[in-house]
Amino acid sequence: MSLLAIESLSKAFGGNRVIDDLSLTVRQGAVHSIIGPNGAGKTTLFNLVSGIYTPESGRILLDGAETTGLAPYRMAALGLSRTFQNLQIFFNMSALENVMVGMHLHCDSRFLPAMLRLPRIVRRDAEMAEAAAGLLRFVGLAEAVGADADSLPYGALKRLEIARALATRPRLLLLDEPAAGLNPAETGEIDDLIQKIAETGVTVVLVEHDMRLVMGVSEHILVLDRGTLLAEGSGEEIRHNPDVVAAYLGEEGRYL
Amino acid sequence: MLTEFLQFLLSGITVGATYALVGVGFSIIYNASQVINFAQGEFVMLGGMMTWFLFDAAGLPLAVAVPLAIAGTVVVGVALEKFAIEPARNASIVTLIIITIGASIFLRGSAQLVWGRDFHAVPALSGDAPINLSGVALNPQSLWVVGSTLVVIVLLHWFFSRTMTGRAMRAVAFNRLAAQLAGVNNRRILMFSFGLSAALGALAGVLIAPITLTYPDVGIMLGLKGFCAAILGGLGYPYGAIVGGLIVGISEAMTAGYISSAYKDAVAFVIILLTLFFMPNGLFGRRGVERV
Amino acid sequence: MRRRLATPRTGGLLALAVVIAVLPAFLPNNFYFDVMILVGLNAIVCIGLNLLVGYAGQISLGHAGFFGLGAYSSAILTSTYDWPPIAALLAGAAGVGLLAFAVARPIMKLRGHYLAMGTLGLGIIISIILTQEVDLTGGPDGMPVYGFSILGWEPSGVLVWYWIVGGLLLLTVWLALNIVESPVGRALRAVHGSEAAAQTMGVDVVHYKVLVFVVSAVLASIAGSVFVHYIGFVTPSEAGFIHSIELITMVVLGGLASIYGAVVGAAILTTLPQLLTFLHDYEMLGFGAIMMGVMIFLPRGLVPTTARLLRDRTR
Repeated sequence: MSLLAIESLSKAFGGNRVIDDLSLTVRQGAVHSIIGPNGAGKTTLFNLVSGIYTPESGRILLDGAETTGLAPYRMAALGLSRTFQNLQIFFNMSALENVMVGMHLHCDSRFLPAMLRLPRIVRRDAEMAEAAAGLLRFVGLAEAVGADADSLPYGALKRLEIARALATRPRLLLLDEPAAGLNPAETGEIDDLIQKIAETGVTVVLVEHDMRLVMGVSEHILVLDRGTLLAEGSGEEIRHNPDVVAAYLGEEGRYL
Repeated sequence: MLTEFLQFLLSGITVGATYALVGVGFSIIYNASQVINFAQGEFVMLGGMMTWFLFDAAGLPLAVAVPLAIAGTVVVGVALEKFAIEPARNASIVTLIIITIGASIFLRGSAQLVWGRDFHAVPALSGDAPINLSGVALNPQSLWVVGSTLVVIVLLHWFFSRTMTGRAMRAVAFNRLAAQLAGVNNRRILMFSFGLSAALGALAGVLIAPITLTYPDVGIMLGLKGFCAAILGGLGYPYGAIVGGLIVGISEAMTAGYISSAYKDAVAFVIILLTLFFMPNGLFGRRGVERV
Repeated sequence: MRRRLATPRTGGLLALAVVIAVLPAFLPNNFYFDVMILVGLNAIVCIGLNLLVGYAGQISLGHAGFFGLGAYSSAILTSTYDWPPIAALLAGAAGVGLLAFAVARPIMKLRGHYLAMGTLGLGIIISIILTQEVDLTGGPDGMPVYGFSILGWEPSGVLVWYWIVGGLLLLTVWLALNIVESPVGRALRAVHGSEAAAQTMGVDVVHYKVLVFVVSAVLASIAGSVFVHYIGFVTPSEAGFIHSIELITMVVLGGLASIYGAVVGAAILTTLPQLLTFLHDYEMLGFGAIMMGVMIFLPRGLVPTTARLLRDRTR
């Protein structure tokens, strides 16, 4: 069964249909990419799936269960996590604490035990700090363990968001342009990181403009155009799909 | 019955027009700077106090005292922008709120120091003899208040739609960065909007002082009611602030007339809370879509 | 050991305890004790307010309303209905907590200046009700309140009250630090940092906003109750707009998102008017000027700015 299924989903902003009767599925495992020209509705799709926007019509199913209209924190509890195109780092915290927020669902977050600083809260906090440091090392940010988030460079913040998203222990991870603004060397490292994440069994869905990254890392590609699914298939199939070439790859096709 | 209602309505429109002027001032400054200027009420106080001082103590004719009082308040407004807001450009919302509240305390303190804590009467612009309109007593000053507010609205409309500076101010409100790239001088706009808001506040002060008397603390409630008007209409919509001001003024007068004058001052805040509970961005404010 | 002493938790609590313990030796007369007791009570309110404003990023310009409700609950229940003071205090805190809980959902939906307006309006409505319900509250002139008593013991004299308030302050700081350094505190800061990200990390943003609003209101209410029993009198101005502004100014001046900042801010702004009395007619003017000046030149507040300077120096 598919991990994520979207059935005739629609969303409009002020009469402008950004997602238009869209249906697609993402199967369990591996790396999937969503590509499409600017304004195709990629980020809006992520915002709908993660619960930040509510769709006008259509259904979203996660692992067979309907999740349409659920608040983002409920989606997180169901195993969905994401990063953001425009960084949404908690700049008022340390890098480590950013990741620890990601573990919110896996610790006692009630008020009274916290206020009384019960020994088990202290113990669990220490464990979480340990695990968070491990995640920072996993994404290649070992040096950020003691740093404030607002002191990190842009490329590190991109990875910090990934580490934070992984801390929720997702089954499905949505990455919104993880390589945007990065140089080729950094993009290569993100490529490796995505593969490493996929190897741990997390299903990854990627929105990305960097075609080399998309083609290199993803097993399945979905092409969005004006809010509808234009084509899907392997990199090879997409490369030779005439609709895709016409609609999207016209001027960028030479990179393929 | 009807006369009574009309009487309340009339006094409500009069006070409401004052709130509207103050509220428009809030909106103009907000549009230029995203700052809520809690010293807006002190502009009202300064307008009234300076008029009283120039007329009563300095012996100038009203026709001279009023423009001078408004000009004096404009100077204070521009100075406030220059010396308190400009140096704190990058501060957080809360910090900026505290700065303008500090400014309002400073201005009240200065007014007490210069003019004392007493209440002062400012003469009405054309006498106090009420005009009788089939049972409804019309205070001539009310005509001045409402008439001036109408003139101001027309002038503002012309200013924002026809003049370069007015259009630039709208551009800044819409997108500060784009306006700057298009060659708009943001700092000048900022200073100008503080001056304009100060002038509107001072005008409100001059107009309402004959009805309410003037004293150093008169601006606190007037400022807060003006803030209510601006928020009710939707922050950053000067026309919304006018509607907001009238709603607040009329409901206040009706409450005082029919229910209880004790709770007159609470009405504005009850209305604002109920409105915000159902329309978190005011009556005309657009709902922002969270962009992530 | 040295490292542990340098943390805000152990080191700060210890330093605060020492200051509270040693201070009486340097206070020349009752007047100074009186000022210090007021500092302590304001600090308790400000710690709660800072959890809301500094940590969770939600402004409130109406917290004096909750302080006033706590104060009047104690005043009315003990003086008019002969309740034991401690029961009145708890009932007031519970009532204020319920009220805060009821209004928190719609109010916490508001953002930025709309939230400022909403909380300001709530505070002003409370203060107008307290002023106008003359039969219940004594109206603008206020009402007298009997002293405090618990299990037959009645604290009297400024020194006793000093120790009570000092103890309460220390307890509040400890509890607040516990909250801040826990999953709850991180959730609050996440709400401030990015609501969208907080939600996707599994943080129920509305729940934590409501929670912190209620907690800060209850703390203000308790401080209000203790205040009236100490002063023996209460007027509606305790719930007024000006008092709300004083409280938020203390928080911002001391430093947003800093528990010790709230204490320092309360200490400075409570003692400043006493220090400025030599200015006589210039007092208000000077107060406004200092408020503006500090915010313009130290927009981050005293404690975070100093902490940053010290840290950069030791590096």
